[in-house]
Amino acid sequence: MTKSAKRNQKEEGYCLGIESSADDFGIGISSFKGEILANVFDGYIPAEGGIHPREAARHHSEVADKVLHDALTVSGVKPKDLSVIAFSQGPGLGPSLRTGATVARALASYLNIPLVGVNHSVAHIEIGKLKTGVADPVTLYVSGGNTMVTAFEAGRYRVFGETLDIALGNCLDVFAREAGVKHQKGVPLGAAIERLATKGKNLVSLPYIVKGMDLSLSGLLTSATAQLHNNNCCLEDLCYSLQEYAFSMVTEVTERALAHAEKKEVLLTGGVAANKRLQSMLAIISKEHYAKFNVVPMEFATDNGAMIAWTGILAYNHGLITPLKESFVKLRWRVDKVDVPWIQ
Amino acid sequence: MDTVNEKTLLSKGAEASLYVANWYGKKVVVKVRIPKRYRPELMDKQIRNYRTIHEPQLMHEAKVAEVPTPLIYLVNIPKASITMEFVEGLQIKQILNRVEPDKRKEICVAIGELIGKLHRHGLIHGDLTTSNMILSPEGKIFFVDFGLGEKNIEVEAKGVDLHLMKRALQSTHYLFWEECFKSVLCGYSSVLGAEAEEKVYEKIKEIERRGRYVEERKQ
Repeated sequence: MTKSAKRNQKEEGYCLGIESSADDFGIGISSFKGEILANVFDGYIPAEGGIHPREAARHHSEVADKVLHDALTVSGVKPKDLSVIAFSQGPGLGPSLRTGATVARALASYLNIPLVGVNHSVAHIEIGKLKTGVADPVTLYVSGGNTMVTAFEAGRYRVFGETLDIALGNCLDVFAREAGVKHQKGVPLGAAIERLATKGKNLVSLPYIVKGMDLSLSGLLTSATAQLHNNNCCLEDLCYSLQEYAFSMVTEVTERALAHAEKKEVLLTGGVAANKRLQSMLAIISKEHYAKFNVVPMEFATDNGAMIAWTGILAYNHGLITPLKESFVKLRWRVDKVDVPWIQ
Repeated sequence: MDTVNEKTLLSKGAEASLYVANWYGKKVVVKVRIPKRYRPELMDKQIRNYRTIHEPQLMHEAKVAEVPTPLIYLVNIPKASITMEFVEGLQIKQILNRVEPDKRKEICVAIGELIGKLHRHGLIHGDLTTSNMILSPEGKIFFVDFGLGEKNIEVEAKGVDLHLMKRALQSTHYLFWEECFKSVLCGYSSVLGAEAEEKVYEKIKEIERRGRYVEERKQ
């Protein structure tokens, strides 16, 4: 770094981003050039069942202090070097989001620096672009709470296709729990399903529901669960089949969006992006449409604070700040309601 | 036997390739559902077979329902190909953003009427986008691509069909999707009656509330 660049960086400072929309509480720190200096998180693991929103929020408030401390230590950034606080303002679970927002408001007020509310889905796309170098992709964002295909058109990320009911990650998680798979730290339920699926060989017939560019996964989950409880087929075959059906459906709608939007890049992000089988399916359609295929590195594909910090910088650089009185969380803040002025 | 000659690729869509060809002196479109390597062979075959059989059946039924669709000449199930009439004209997608507001309204009302006619006959198109509608030089609108269609009389299916139309307008014609969709509903209700239209409209709202992160959804 040259001397002047160093001074600029010091003048610009850093953005600290807080992510707390669901079960993970994360804090990331980014420079204005997009160097990620810290990306720390702590995940809530339910004792049983899925995410209990109140319990998740309790977890977040308990670990916030430690995660913040770790992020500052890892990055070597002092609180006084921070110039912006960004936070995940929505969409997500109310109690979880509110916990992160409270931390963000407190930090911004204490340090007397601006606050920027960031859309969680936009952040997933932006960090993907930063980390893979793609410019204008068709993005498939698949996680526990989201399943959507987006592409940029005229000032916003437009939703070309999405689930009509449950999210892909949710579908896999619920099936795993029905099958008695336990959630362990470091091994998400989806990863357990993926492991079982590699041992499956026989394709069990399940519903394949694509409606235009949208898809429906609830019927698939119901059918797979019913077959599980009927003991008609072995768990490995069911995991294999569930993955093949669900992934084929999201791949088909992504391919439709790719053909329709005529883009030359495909970006895969969200927690389910870790799945190798899904990656291979998307790589095939990308090749067929002469598009470059990119997967966001795992650390930045699941919910993380770095994506919020980086998107906060993009927004802040375009004069977008969120006054305290407008910093309430937006549980159902759709990606296509957000203006993204930083893209020309 | 197929005797389709001089095939030239017209467009490569997501699930099928369209070729323009000469079939006994007629200009035809050959729609071939190409194998999809990303999904298991068995599943792929089932999906392509199903759609290749159902699409021509639905296109025929649509004609009975007074909705213009291309004539079907030949169906080859093992090859998953359908040979049909070449409809001259432009996709609605290409023209809707460019025409005068009055013309746009007229087109959207006509689209709504056609959807109403399909639904009145228990036909669901399954992929109502402006790329799947062709305006012929005589001013007739043809519906194509019934691959995801079905026969269904339930309000749910009709609601999803119109919801997809709305979504297509939102993503591709975002500048005036609201007036376009209003006109579509206007044409729709002129065929099915205001009461039926109201029922489907309520259903669309219900379907949208089921989705994730929708503001209208109840807490």
